[in-house]
Amino acid sequence: MIIVDSLTKKYGSFTAVDHVTFRAEPGRVTGFLGPNGAGKSTTMRIMVGLTPASSGGVTVLGRRYADLPNPGREIGVLLDASAQHAGRTGREILTLAQRTMRVPVARVDEMLDTVSLTEDESGRRVKDYSLGMRQRLGIATALIGDPEVLVLDEPANGLDPAGIRWMRDLLRGFANKGGTVLLSSHLLHEIEVIADDLVVIGNGRIVANGTKSQLLEAAGTFVSAPDLGTLSTALTAAGHTAESSYGGLRTDADTGQVGRVALAAGVPLTELRPADGAGLEEMFLELTKDNAREDVAA
Amino acid sequence: MSTAVMENTRVAEQPRMQQARIPFRTVVGVEVRKAFDTRSGFWLLVTIALAGLLATGAVLAFASDADLTYDNFAGAIGVPMTILLPVVAILAVTGEWSQRAGLTTFTLVPHRGRVIRAKLTVTVMIGLASMALALAVGALGNIVGTALMGVDTVWDLSFTSILYIVGADLIGMVVGFTLGILTRNSAGAIVAYFSYWFLLPTLSMVLAANQSWFEKAQPWVDFNYDQGKLYDGGFSGQDWAQLALTGTVWLLIPLAFGLWRVMRAEVK
Repeated sequence: MIIVDSLTKKYGSFTAVDHVTFRAEPGRVTGFLGPNGAGKSTTMRIMVGLTPASSGGVTVLGRRYADLPNPGREIGVLLDASAQHAGRTGREILTLAQRTMRVPVARVDEMLDTVSLTEDESGRRVKDYSLGMRQRLGIATALIGDPEVLVLDEPANGLDPAGIRWMRDLLRGFANKGGTVLLSSHLLHEIEVIADDLVVIGNGRIVANGTKSQLLEAAGTFVSAPDLGTLSTALTAAGHTAESSYGGLRTDADTGQVGRVALAAGVPLTELRPADGAGLEEMFLELTKDNAREDVAA
Repeated sequence: MSTAVMENTRVAEQPRMQQARIPFRTVVGVEVRKAFDTRSGFWLLVTIALAGLLATGAVLAFASDADLTYDNFAGAIGVPMTILLPVVAILAVTGEWSQRAGLTTFTLVPHRGRVIRAKLTVTVMIGLASMALALAVGALGNIVGTALMGVDTVWDLSFTSILYIVGADLIGMVVGFTLGILTRNSAGAIVAYFSYWFLLPTLSMVLAANQSWFEKAQPWVDFNYDQGKLYDGGFSGQDWAQLALTGTVWLLIPLAFGLWRVMRAEVK
């Protein structure tokens, strides 16, 4: 269980994280979603004490991170797979973690096996690793203390499709055994397939927060017809919203209501279905667009 | 319940044991390992050993019979160590930032003060161990060397002068450590260290030779000069006062400032 309470981080006049509040529950995978630069990594660094917060706080398993006597045994952390001494071998990096956490030596080989790094690969220096191999090594480091909570920042970066599938199964299994998983991503589809709960952040603020099904339901209904103008007017007249979306309309009415309105208005429909992720995706694209514009300006 | 059962039990299948705080000796043990497990750490050690070996050979080959003394043998091994070991101290600190290994280190031990204290402990330990080694190998060289050359074995290093040398070398290690803490950057700290070691003495020597006021003031302002004097030993009360003054200004205050910043800096 991770509780983030009104967390704020300011750099001078710039607010990187603005009163962020959410929970990651045990037995569930919580996806932390936002475009690059939205404040995901800063929030995660504050969570583990690498960056001081301006105000607000985080507790992990009921305690502040700094108060955990042996944090690696309770919370596995992977913030940046490339942040390793390039001159150490993969096995050496795992051994350092194993010694710091005081877990049995055998855990090193167990973890290498779990993340499918071969004997030969584990003996190579990290500077010769691909990003995918570094991610695997990072996940091994996070898991070696057999923690109850996992915090992973963009763990799917650099993994091939088989690797992403493997990680999804691993995290699902971890949550099914009662573990808490918080993972961040800037890709909606990547996180949609694994997360139970979603926390969406943009420009340092939480813009959506709930179970995946809640957020998807909130997206409403997608409907398409040759005469969209008439349908739109009819929906609005019936007290529903109607927004243009992907060659059709998105509305907050459910499919049954849309069918009745269309029949009454005499508009033939070509498509009628729940909107699923469309709403979420549009919201997310909107956030990303704002951010992309800033990037161009800078 | 047996330990085997405990180890095989995974996530939340049962209430977890209260974890014990990571003991300081564990943090120190990990830091010792980190000082030598990288390529740079490894080659640094090899270089120090090779330089010591070459220096011993040079004493045997080139020194006159009268110079085949313990002081010269131990010094031949000690000098490369004195110069290069502080680089071990520098890299131990800066690797956490330059190589970004600190992201893991400070996450596993979320109290930076403990990690930094462990690094300082390791620095002092390496300094003491290497000097003991230099003295031992020097003694061996002295016995074997004089026997080979057929001259009397001379033991001309008193215990007091050894203490002075150990003190001077430890200060050198702490200078390296401090530069690491201040710069948090491997290249920058190493450049600063070699400037301190080679450039600064030359500059202050030239200044002292040309400006008589500086020659008088030098022992009161030049820390490097006071550290160097330790190798000659025989300090008076005034010598200690000068060392204490320059050491506080040039070493302890910068170190305190560097530590204060390290405790607050973001680890990215």
